[in-house]
Amino acid sequence: MSLLFYPAAAIALFATLMVITRVHAVHALLYLVVAQLAVALLFFLLGAPFAAALEVLVYAGAVMVMFIFVIMMLNLGRPTLLQERGWLPKGIWIGPGLLAGGLLAELLLVLSAGPALEPHWVPPQRVGAALFGPYLLAVELASLLLLAALVGAYHLARPYLRRADQDDTVEAER
Amino acid sequence: MADVFRVLAQIGTTITVLLVLAALLIWAERRLLGLWQDRLGPNRVGPFGILQSVADMIKIFFKEDWVPPFAEKPVFIFAPCVVVITMLMALAVVPFTPTLAIVDLNVGLLFFLAMSALAAYSTILAGWSSNNKYSLLGGMRSAAQMISYDVFMGLSLMGVVMLAGSFNLREIVLAQQGLWYIVPQFLGFLVFLVAGLAESHRLPFDLPEAEHEIIAGFHTEYSGMKFGLFFVGEYLGVLLIAAITVILFLGGWQGPWLPPFVWFVLKTALLVAFIILLRAALPRPRFDQLMSIGWKLMLPLALLNLMITGAVALAGGL
Repeated sequence: MSLLFYPAAAIALFATLMVITRVHAVHALLYLVVAQLAVALLFFLLGAPFAAALEVLVYAGAVMVMFIFVIMMLNLGRPTLLQERGWLPKGIWIGPGLLAGGLLAELLLVLSAGPALEPHWVPPQRVGAALFGPYLLAVELASLLLLAALVGAYHLARPYLRRADQDDTVEAER
Repeated sequence: MADVFRVLAQIGTTITVLLVLAALLIWAERRLLGLWQDRLGPNRVGPFGILQSVADMIKIFFKEDWVPPFAEKPVFIFAPCVVVITMLMALAVVPFTPTLAIVDLNVGLLFFLAMSALAAYSTILAGWSSNNKYSLLGGMRSAAQMISYDVFMGLSLMGVVMLAGSFNLREIVLAQQGLWYIVPQFLGFLVFLVAGLAESHRLPFDLPEAEHEIIAGFHTEYSGMKFGLFFVGEYLGVLLIAAITVILFLGGWQGPWLPPFVWFVLKTALLVAFIILLRAALPRPRFDQLMSIGWKLMLPLALLNLMITGAVALAGGL
Protein backbone atom coordinates (compact mmCIF):
# COMPACT_ATOMS: atom_id res chain seq x y z
CA MET A 1 0.00 0.00 0.00
CA SER A 2 2.76 2.46 0.94
CA LEU A 3 4.16 1.94 -2.55
CA LEU A 4 1.14 3.86 -3.89
CA PHE A 5 0.40 5.92 -0.81
CA TYR A 6 3.54 8.06 -0.69
CA PRO A 7 3.60 9.10 -4.38
CA ALA A 8 -0.08 10.03 -4.16
CA ALA A 9 0.54 11.99 -0.97
CA ALA A 10 3.51 13.75 -2.58
CA ILE A 11 1.39 14.69 -5.60
CA ALA A 12 -1.36 15.99 -3.31
CA LEU A 13 1.12 18.14 -1.38
CA PHE A 14 2.86 19.47 -4.47
CA ALA A 15 -0.42 20.28 -6.21
CA THR A 16 -1.74 22.06 -3.13
CA LEU A 17 1.46 24.10 -2.95
CA MET A 18 0.97 25.07 -6.59
CA VAL A 19 -2.64 26.07 -5.86
CA ILE A 20 -1.63 28.74 -3.37
CA THR A 21 1.34 30.03 -5.38
CA ARG A 22 -0.24 30.34 -8.87
CA VAL A 23 -1.41 33.84 -9.76
CA HIS A 24 -3.49 32.59 -12.68
CA ALA A 25 -6.86 31.57 -11.23
CA VAL A 26 -7.66 28.82 -13.75
CA HIS A 27 -4.22 27.21 -13.36
CA ALA A 28 -4.63 27.28 -9.57
CA LEU A 29 -8.03 25.59 -9.91
CA LEU A 30 -6.62 22.90 -12.19
CA TYR A 31 -3.95 22.13 -9.59
CA LEU A 32 -6.71 21.99 -6.99
CA VAL A 33 -8.50 19.37 -9.11
CA VAL A 34 -5.28 17.33 -9.25
CA ALA A 35 -4.90 17.65 -5.48
CA GLN A 36 -8.43 16.40 -4.96
CA LEU A 37 -7.90 13.44 -7.27
CA ALA A 38 -4.77 12.55 -5.30
CA VAL A 39 -6.67 12.86 -2.01
CA ALA A 40 -9.39 10.61 -3.44
CA LEU A 41 -6.72 8.02 -4.22
CA LEU A 42 -5.46 8.31 -0.64
CA PHE A 43 -8.98 7.70 0.69
CA PHE A 44 -9.25 4.65 -1.54
CA LEU A 45 -5.92 3.27 -0.38
CA LEU A 46 -6.90 3.77 3.25
CA GLY A 47 -10.00 1.63 2.66
CA ALA A 48 -12.75 4.20 2.11
CA PRO A 49 -13.85 3.71 -1.54
CA PHE A 50 -17.17 5.50 -0.95
CA ALA A 51 -15.47 8.64 0.35
CA ALA A 52 -13.00 8.44 -2.55
CA ALA A 53 -15.78 8.25 -5.15
CA LEU A 54 -17.65 11.16 -3.54
CA GLU A 55 -14.47 13.24 -3.38
CA VAL A 56 -14.09 12.91 -7.17
CA LEU A 57 -17.79 13.14 -7.95
CA VAL A 58 -18.68 16.10 -5.75
CA TYR A 59 -15.49 18.11 -5.28
CA ALA A 60 -13.39 17.47 -8.38
CA GLY A 61 -16.41 16.85 -10.63
CA ALA A 62 -19.07 19.36 -9.59
CA VAL A 63 -17.74 22.06 -7.26
CA MET A 64 -14.57 22.72 -9.26
CA VAL A 65 -16.51 22.83 -12.53
CA MET A 66 -18.68 25.46 -10.89
CA PHE A 67 -15.60 27.48 -9.82
CA ILE A 68 -14.10 27.31 -13.31
CA PHE A 69 -17.48 28.29 -14.75
CA VAL A 70 -17.58 31.41 -12.55
CA ILE A 71 -14.00 32.35 -13.39
CA MET A 72 -14.71 31.91 -17.08
CA MET A 73 -17.73 34.20 -16.73
CA LEU A 74 -15.55 36.86 -15.08
CA ASN A 75 -13.03 36.53 -17.93
CA LEU A 76 -10.10 37.97 -16.02
CA GLY A 77 -7.36 39.30 -18.25
CA ARG A 78 -3.79 40.52 -17.90
CA PRO A 79 -4.58 43.48 -15.59
CA THR A 80 -5.93 41.14 -12.88
CA LEU A 81 -2.91 38.90 -13.30
CA LEU A 82 -0.58 41.82 -12.60
CA GLN A 83 -2.76 42.96 -9.72
CA GLU A 84 -2.69 39.50 -8.14
CA ARG A 85 1.06 39.32 -8.57
CA GLY A 86 1.25 42.57 -6.65
CA TRP A 87 -0.68 40.99 -3.78
CA LEU A 88 1.87 38.22 -3.36
CA PRO A 89 5.32 39.73 -2.71
CA LYS A 90 8.06 37.42 -1.42
CA GLY A 91 8.03 38.77 2.15
CA ILE A 92 4.40 37.86 2.73
CA TRP A 93 5.23 34.14 2.87
CA ILE A 94 7.56 34.38 5.89
CA GLY A 95 5.02 34.66 8.73
CA PRO A 96 2.57 31.95 7.58
CA GLY A 97 5.51 29.78 6.51
CA LEU A 98 7.05 29.89 9.99
CA LEU A 99 3.72 29.12 11.69
CA ALA A 100 2.94 26.25 9.32
CA GLY A 101 6.51 24.96 9.73
CA GLY A 102 5.99 24.83 13.51
CA LEU A 103 2.82 22.82 13.03
CA LEU A 104 4.56 20.50 10.58
CA ALA A 105 7.35 19.82 13.08
CA GLU A 106 4.80 19.00 15.77
CA LEU A 107 2.86 16.76 13.39
CA LEU A 108 6.00 14.85 12.42
CA LEU A 109 6.86 14.42 16.09
CA VAL A 110 3.41 13.02 16.87
CA LEU A 111 3.40 10.76 13.84
CA SER A 112 6.85 9.34 14.55
CA ALA A 113 5.77 8.44 18.10
CA GLY A 114 2.34 7.00 17.23
CA PRO A 115 1.53 3.57 15.78
CA ALA A 116 1.50 3.13 12.00
CA LEU A 117 -1.83 3.79 10.28
CA GLU A 118 -3.44 0.59 9.05
CA PRO A 119 -5.94 0.58 6.19
CA HIS A 120 -9.40 -0.08 7.50
CA TRP A 121 -11.88 -1.27 4.88
CA VAL A 122 -15.29 0.46 5.10
CA PRO A 123 -17.98 -0.71 2.64
CA PRO A 124 -20.44 1.91 1.27
CA GLN A 125 -23.35 0.37 3.21
CA ARG A 126 -21.61 1.15 6.53
CA VAL A 127 -21.18 4.82 5.52
CA GLY A 128 -24.88 5.09 4.70
CA ALA A 129 -25.87 3.37 7.93
CA ALA A 130 -23.67 5.78 9.90
CA LEU A 131 -25.04 8.86 8.10
CA PHE A 132 -28.66 7.89 8.70
CA GLY A 133 -28.01 6.41 12.15
CA PRO A 134 -25.91 8.32 14.70
CA TYR A 135 -25.30 11.32 12.40
CA LEU A 136 -28.90 11.78 11.23
CA LEU A 137 -29.24 15.15 12.95
CA ALA A 138 -26.15 16.58 11.22
CA VAL A 139 -27.38 15.32 7.83
CA GLU A 140 -30.78 16.92 8.36
CA LEU A 141 -29.20 20.21 9.48
CA ALA A 142 -26.99 20.28 6.38
CA SER A 143 -29.99 19.58 4.16
CA LEU A 144 -31.93 22.42 5.84
CA LEU A 145 -29.00 24.74 5.19
CA LEU A 146 -28.94 23.72 1.53
CA LEU A 147 -32.69 24.23 1.28
CA ALA A 148 -32.31 27.73 2.69
CA ALA A 149 -29.57 28.48 0.15
CA LEU A 150 -31.78 27.13 -2.64
CA VAL A 151 -34.77 29.25 -1.61
CA GLY A 152 -32.49 32.28 -1.28
CA ALA A 153 -31.00 31.79 -4.73
CA TYR A 154 -34.46 31.34 -6.20
CA HIS A 155 -35.66 34.51 -4.52
CA LEU A 156 -32.69 36.54 -5.79
CA ALA A 157 -33.06 35.25 -9.34
CA ARG A 158 -36.81 35.79 -9.70
CA PRO A 159 -37.08 38.17 -12.65
CA TYR A 160 -40.57 39.56 -12.13
CA LEU A 161 -39.86 40.54 -8.55
CA ARG A 162 -36.95 42.69 -9.62
CA ARG A 163 -39.00 44.33 -12.32
CA ALA A 164 -41.70 45.20 -9.78
CA ASP A 165 -39.02 46.76 -7.55
CA GLN A 166 -37.72 48.88 -10.38
CA ASP A 167 -41.25 50.01 -11.20
CA ASP A 168 -41.66 51.06 -7.58
CA THR A 169 -38.48 53.12 -7.62
CA VAL A 170 -39.53 54.71 -10.89
CA GLU A 171 -42.88 55.56 -9.32
CA ALA A 172 -41.18 56.95 -6.23
CA GLU A 173 -38.93 59.14 -8.34
CA ARG A 174 -41.96 60.55 -10.07
CA MET B 1 4.17 -11.25 -11.97
CA ALA B 2 2.28 -13.34 -14.54
CA ASP B 3 -0.90 -11.96 -13.04
CA VAL B 4 0.22 -8.38 -13.69
CA PHE B 5 0.97 -9.22 -17.31
CA ARG B 6 -2.41 -10.89 -17.71
CA VAL B 7 -4.16 -7.78 -16.39
CA LEU B 8 -2.05 -5.49 -18.59
CA ALA B 9 -2.84 -7.63 -21.65
CA GLN B 10 -6.53 -7.49 -20.79
CA ILE B 11 -6.43 -3.70 -20.43
CA GLY B 12 -4.53 -3.34 -23.70
CA THR B 13 -6.96 -5.56 -25.60
CA THR B 14 -10.00 -3.78 -24.16
CA ILE B 15 -8.64 -0.33 -25.02
CA THR B 16 -7.77 -1.40 -28.57
CA VAL B 17 -11.17 -3.00 -29.13
CA LEU B 18 -12.96 0.06 -27.72
CA LEU B 19 -11.00 2.53 -29.85
CA VAL B 20 -11.64 0.46 -32.99
CA LEU B 21 -15.31 0.25 -32.06
CA ALA B 22 -15.45 4.02 -31.57
CA ALA B 23 -13.98 4.51 -35.05
CA LEU B 24 -16.40 1.97 -36.53
CA LEU B 25 -19.24 3.77 -34.82
CA ILE B 26 -18.46 6.94 -36.78
CA TRP B 27 -19.01 4.95 -39.98
CA ALA B 28 -22.08 3.16 -38.59
CA GLU B 29 -23.64 6.44 -37.57
CA ARG B 30 -23.11 8.00 -40.99
CA ARG B 31 -24.53 4.95 -42.76
CA LEU B 32 -27.56 4.76 -40.47
CA LEU B 33 -28.22 8.48 -40.76
CA GLY B 34 -28.01 8.05 -44.53
CA LEU B 35 -30.53 5.23 -44.38
CA TRP B 36 -32.98 7.25 -42.31
CA GLN B 37 -32.53 10.39 -44.38
CA ASP B 38 -33.05 8.52 -47.67
CA ARG B 39 -29.49 8.78 -48.98
CA LEU B 40 -26.50 6.45 -49.16
CA GLY B 41 -23.88 7.76 -46.77
CA PRO B 42 -20.21 6.81 -47.14
CA ASN B 43 -20.07 3.62 -49.26
CA ARG B 44 -16.85 3.93 -51.32
CA VAL B 45 -13.93 2.86 -49.10
CA GLY B 46 -13.91 -0.92 -48.64
CA PRO B 47 -17.00 -3.15 -48.54
CA PHE B 48 -20.07 -1.01 -47.64
CA GLY B 49 -17.66 1.83 -46.93
CA ILE B 50 -16.58 0.18 -43.68
CA LEU B 51 -13.02 1.48 -44.04
CA GLN B 52 -14.20 5.12 -44.22
CA SER B 53 -13.00 5.74 -40.65
CA VAL B 54 -9.54 4.41 -41.54
CA ALA B 55 -9.35 6.80 -44.47
CA ASP B 56 -10.51 9.67 -42.24
CA MET B 57 -7.96 8.70 -39.61
CA ILE B 58 -5.11 8.69 -42.15
CA LYS B 59 -6.23 12.07 -43.43
CA ILE B 60 -6.49 13.53 -39.96
CA PHE B 61 -3.02 12.28 -38.97
CA PHE B 62 -1.47 14.08 -41.93
CA LYS B 63 -3.17 17.38 -41.18
CA GLU B 64 -1.03 20.13 -39.71
CA ASP B 65 -1.15 19.94 -35.92
CA TRP B 66 -1.74 23.61 -35.27
CA VAL B 67 -2.02 25.42 -31.96
CA PRO B 68 -3.29 29.00 -32.32
CA PRO B 69 -0.72 31.51 -31.03
CA PHE B 70 -3.32 33.15 -28.77
CA ALA B 71 -4.30 29.88 -27.06
CA GLU B 72 -3.17 28.65 -23.62
CA LYS B 73 -0.86 26.00 -25.02
CA PRO B 74 -0.57 23.39 -22.21
CA VAL B 75 -4.28 23.43 -21.38
CA PHE B 76 -5.20 23.50 -25.07
CA ILE B 77 -3.24 20.28 -25.70
CA PHE B 78 -4.38 18.63 -22.48
CA ALA B 79 -8.12 19.25 -22.97
CA PRO B 80 -8.87 16.71 -25.75
CA CYS B 81 -7.02 13.97 -23.86
CA VAL B 82 -9.27 14.37 -20.82
CA VAL B 83 -12.43 13.13 -22.50
CA VAL B 84 -10.76 10.04 -23.99
CA ILE B 85 -8.97 9.15 -20.75
CA THR B 86 -12.05 9.54 -18.54
CA MET B 87 -14.30 7.62 -20.93
CA LEU B 88 -11.83 4.72 -21.16
CA MET B 89 -11.43 4.75 -17.36
CA ALA B 90 -15.20 4.61 -16.91
CA LEU B 91 -15.43 1.66 -19.31
CA ALA B 92 -12.99 -0.21 -17.07
CA VAL B 93 -15.72 -0.92 -14.50
CA VAL B 94 -18.22 -2.19 -17.10
CA PRO B 95 -18.78 -5.96 -16.72
CA PHE B 96 -19.21 -7.28 -20.27
CA THR B 97 -19.84 -10.84 -19.03
CA PRO B 98 -19.91 -12.39 -15.53
CA THR B 99 -16.13 -12.81 -15.69
CA LEU B 100 -14.95 -10.26 -18.26
CA ALA B 101 -14.39 -6.89 -16.59
CA ILE B 102 -11.17 -5.07 -15.87
CA VAL B 103 -12.07 -4.19 -12.28
CA ASP B 104 -14.89 -5.48 -10.13
CA LEU B 105 -15.20 -2.35 -8.00
CA ASN B 106 -17.66 -2.22 -5.12
CA VAL B 107 -18.39 1.45 -5.89
CA GLY B 108 -18.43 0.85 -9.66
CA LEU B 109 -21.53 2.92 -10.30
CA LEU B 110 -20.13 5.90 -8.40
CA PHE B 111 -16.85 5.51 -10.28
CA PHE B 112 -18.76 5.75 -13.56
CA LEU B 113 -20.57 8.89 -12.35
CA ALA B 114 -17.30 10.42 -11.15
CA MET B 115 -15.56 9.79 -14.47
CA SER B 116 -18.42 11.21 -16.50
CA ALA B 117 -18.36 14.28 -14.23
CA LEU B 118 -14.61 14.69 -14.85
CA ALA B 119 -15.16 14.43 -18.61
CA ALA B 120 -16.84 17.84 -18.37
CA TYR B 121 -13.39 19.41 -17.97
CA SER B 122 -12.52 18.46 -21.51
CA THR B 123 -15.06 20.72 -23.19
CA ILE B 124 -14.81 23.46 -20.58
CA LEU B 125 -11.04 23.70 -20.73
CA ALA B 126 -11.03 23.42 -24.53
CA GLY B 127 -13.47 26.32 -24.71
CA TRP B 128 -11.54 28.43 -22.25
CA SER B 129 -8.02 27.74 -23.51
CA SER B 130 -8.88 28.47 -27.14
CA ASN B 131 -9.22 32.15 -26.24
CA ASN B 132 -11.96 32.58 -28.80
CA LYS B 133 -15.35 34.00 -27.90
CA TYR B 134 -17.31 31.26 -29.67
CA SER B 135 -15.22 28.60 -27.99
CA LEU B 136 -15.76 30.27 -24.64
CA LEU B 137 -19.51 30.37 -25.23
CA GLY B 138 -19.42 26.67 -26.06
CA GLY B 139 -17.35 25.94 -22.97
CA MET B 140 -19.74 27.87 -20.72
CA ARG B 141 -22.76 26.13 -22.20
CA SER B 142 -21.03 22.82 -21.66
CA ALA B 143 -20.25 23.66 -18.02
CA ALA B 144 -23.84 24.71 -17.29
CA GLN B 145 -25.24 21.68 -19.10
CA MET B 146 -22.93 19.23 -17.35
CA ILE B 147 -23.59 20.62 -13.87
CA SER B 148 -27.37 20.60 -14.41
CA TYR B 149 -27.61 17.15 -15.95
CA ASP B 150 -25.11 15.56 -13.55
CA VAL B 151 -27.50 16.21 -10.68
CA PHE B 152 -30.37 14.04 -11.80
CA MET B 153 -28.20 11.56 -13.64
CA GLY B 154 -27.03 10.43 -10.20
CA LEU B 155 -30.52 10.71 -8.70
CA SER B 156 -32.12 8.66 -11.48
CA LEU B 157 -29.79 5.76 -10.72
CA MET B 158 -30.45 5.66 -6.99
CA GLY B 159 -33.69 3.71 -7.56
CA VAL B 160 -31.66 0.94 -9.20
CA VAL B 161 -29.17 1.01 -6.34
CA MET B 162 -32.04 0.77 -3.86
CA LEU B 163 -33.50 -2.29 -5.61
CA ALA B 164 -30.17 -4.05 -6.08
CA GLY B 165 -28.72 -2.98 -2.72
CA SER B 166 -25.28 -2.42 -4.23
CA PHE B 167 -23.11 0.00 -6.20
CA ASN B 168 -21.31 -2.94 -7.79
CA LEU B 169 -22.31 -3.17 -11.47
CA ARG B 170 -21.89 -6.96 -11.55
CA GLU B 171 -24.18 -7.40 -8.56
CA ILE B 172 -26.73 -5.04 -10.12
CA VAL B 173 -26.86 -7.27 -13.21
CA LEU B 174 -27.15 -10.39 -11.06
CA ALA B 175 -30.03 -8.79 -9.14
CA GLN B 176 -31.99 -8.52 -12.40
CA GLN B 177 -32.26 -12.28 -12.80
CA GLY B 178 -36.05 -12.38 -12.67
CA LEU B 179 -37.04 -8.94 -13.93
CA TRP B 180 -35.06 -6.29 -15.81
CA TYR B 181 -35.04 -2.97 -13.98
CA ILE B 182 -36.50 -1.17 -16.98
CA VAL B 183 -39.93 -2.39 -15.75
CA PRO B 184 -39.92 -1.22 -12.11
CA GLN B 185 -37.59 1.72 -12.90
CA PHE B 186 -39.07 2.98 -16.17
CA LEU B 187 -38.99 6.62 -15.03
CA GLY B 188 -35.39 6.20 -13.91
CA PHE B 189 -34.54 4.67 -17.29
CA LEU B 190 -36.02 7.62 -19.21
CA VAL B 191 -34.33 10.23 -17.02
CA PHE B 192 -30.99 8.43 -17.17
CA LEU B 193 -31.10 8.14 -20.95
CA VAL B 194 -31.81 11.86 -21.36
CA ALA B 195 -29.10 12.76 -18.85
CA GLY B 196 -26.65 10.40 -20.54
CA LEU B 197 -27.29 11.97 -23.94
CA ALA B 198 -26.76 15.41 -22.43
CA GLU B 199 -23.56 14.31 -20.69
CA SER B 200 -22.05 12.97 -23.88
CA HIS B 201 -23.49 16.05 -25.68
CA ARG B 202 -25.01 14.04 -28.49
CA LEU B 203 -27.17 15.73 -31.03
CA PRO B 204 -30.43 16.70 -29.43
CA PHE B 205 -28.22 18.14 -26.67
CA ASP B 206 -25.11 19.21 -28.57
CA LEU B 207 -25.49 22.87 -27.64
CA PRO B 208 -21.82 23.25 -26.62
CA GLU B 209 -20.90 22.91 -30.31
CA ALA B 210 -24.19 24.04 -31.97
CA GLU B 211 -22.69 24.78 -35.35
CA HIS B 212 -25.51 27.02 -36.55
CA GLU B 213 -24.99 29.57 -33.79
CA ILE B 214 -21.43 29.38 -32.41
CA ILE B 215 -19.35 27.94 -35.31
CA ALA B 216 -18.24 24.69 -33.68
CA GLY B 217 -18.39 25.78 -30.05
CA PHE B 218 -15.64 24.46 -27.82
CA HIS B 219 -13.62 22.80 -30.61
CA THR B 220 -13.66 25.73 -33.07
CA GLU B 221 -9.87 26.16 -32.85
CA TYR B 222 -9.02 22.46 -32.93
CA SER B 223 -7.69 20.65 -35.96
CA GLY B 224 -5.89 17.44 -36.84
CA MET B 225 -5.71 14.64 -34.31
CA LYS B 226 -6.66 16.88 -31.38
CA PHE B 227 -10.03 17.40 -33.06
CA GLY B 228 -10.06 13.66 -33.76
CA LEU B 229 -9.67 12.94 -30.04
CA PHE B 230 -12.83 14.92 -29.25
CA PHE B 231 -14.61 12.82 -31.85
CA VAL B 232 -13.31 9.53 -30.48
CA GLY B 233 -14.20 10.69 -26.98
CA GLU B 234 -17.75 11.47 -28.04
CA TYR B 235 -18.25 8.03 -29.57
CA LEU B 236 -16.67 6.34 -26.55
CA GLY B 237 -19.21 8.32 -24.53
CA VAL B 238 -22.04 6.91 -26.65
CA LEU B 239 -20.69 3.38 -26.12
CA LEU B 240 -20.35 4.02 -22.40
CA ILE B 241 -23.88 5.38 -21.96
CA ALA B 242 -25.33 2.49 -23.97
CA ALA B 243 -23.31 -0.11 -22.03
CA ILE B 244 -24.21 1.36 -18.63
CA THR B 245 -27.92 1.59 -19.58
CA VAL B 246 -27.83 -2.08 -20.64
CA ILE B 247 -26.23 -3.03 -17.34
CA LEU B 248 -28.51 -0.98 -15.12
CA PHE B 249 -31.86 -1.39 -16.84
CA LEU B 250 -31.73 -4.12 -19.49
CA GLY B 251 -30.31 -7.05 -17.56
CA GLY B 252 -26.70 -6.73 -18.77
CA TRP B 253 -25.41 -9.98 -20.25
CA GLN B 254 -28.50 -11.98 -19.26
CA GLY B 255 -30.67 -13.67 -21.89
CA PRO B 256 -31.66 -17.13 -23.09
CA TRP B 257 -29.80 -19.43 -25.55
CA LEU B 258 -27.01 -17.11 -26.71
CA PRO B 259 -23.74 -16.73 -24.74
CA PRO B 260 -23.61 -13.76 -22.31
CA PHE B 261 -21.15 -11.69 -24.34
CA VAL B 262 -23.33 -11.88 -27.47
CA TRP B 263 -26.36 -10.71 -25.50
CA PHE B 264 -24.40 -7.79 -24.08
CA VAL B 265 -23.14 -6.74 -27.53
CA LEU B 266 -26.60 -7.11 -29.10
CA LYS B 267 -28.33 -5.01 -26.46
CA THR B 268 -25.63 -2.35 -26.54
CA ALA B 269 -25.69 -2.18 -30.34
CA LEU B 270 -29.46 -1.79 -30.34
CA LEU B 271 -29.25 1.05 -27.84
CA VAL B 272 -26.46 2.76 -29.79
CA ALA B 273 -28.64 2.55 -32.92
CA PHE B 274 -31.49 4.09 -30.91
CA ILE B 275 -29.24 6.96 -29.81
CA ILE B 276 -28.28 7.55 -33.45
CA LEU B 277 -31.96 7.44 -34.43
CA LEU B 278 -32.64 10.17 -31.86
CA ARG B 279 -30.06 12.31 -33.63
CA ALA B 280 -31.85 11.77 -36.94
CA ALA B 281 -35.28 12.39 -35.47
CA LEU B 282 -35.06 15.24 -32.97
CA PRO B 283 -34.24 18.92 -33.43
CA ARG B 284 -31.91 20.74 -31.08
CA PRO B 285 -33.64 22.69 -28.26
CA ARG B 286 -32.76 26.30 -27.39
CA PHE B 287 -30.37 26.68 -24.47
CA ASP B 288 -32.99 28.06 -22.08
CA GLN B 289 -35.30 25.20 -23.07
CA LEU B 290 -32.51 22.75 -22.28
CA MET B 291 -32.05 24.27 -18.83
CA SER B 292 -35.75 24.30 -18.03
CA ILE B 293 -36.22 20.71 -19.25
CA GLY B 294 -33.41 19.73 -16.91
CA TRP B 295 -34.44 21.53 -13.75
CA LYS B 296 -38.22 21.72 -14.12
CA LEU B 297 -39.05 18.36 -15.69
CA MET B 298 -36.21 15.87 -15.29
CA LEU B 299 -35.19 16.71 -11.71
CA PRO B 300 -38.77 16.44 -10.32
CA LEU B 301 -39.25 13.19 -12.28
CA ALA B 302 -36.04 11.74 -10.83
CA LEU B 303 -37.07 12.79 -7.32
CA LEU B 304 -40.57 11.35 -7.81
CA ASN B 305 -39.08 8.06 -8.99
CA LEU B 306 -36.76 8.00 -5.98
CA MET B 307 -39.65 8.73 -3.58
CA ILE B 308 -41.92 6.03 -5.03
CA THR B 309 -39.12 3.45 -5.10
CA GLY B 310 -38.19 4.34 -1.53
CA ALA B 311 -41.79 4.07 -0.35
CA VAL B 312 -42.30 0.70 -2.03
CA ALA B 313 -38.99 -0.62 -0.70
CA LEU B 314 -39.88 0.61 2.79
CA ALA B 315 -43.28 -1.08 2.63
CA GLY B 316 -41.40 -4.30 1.96
CA GLY B 317 -42.77 -4.84 -1.51
CA LEU B 318 -39.34 -5.44 -3.01
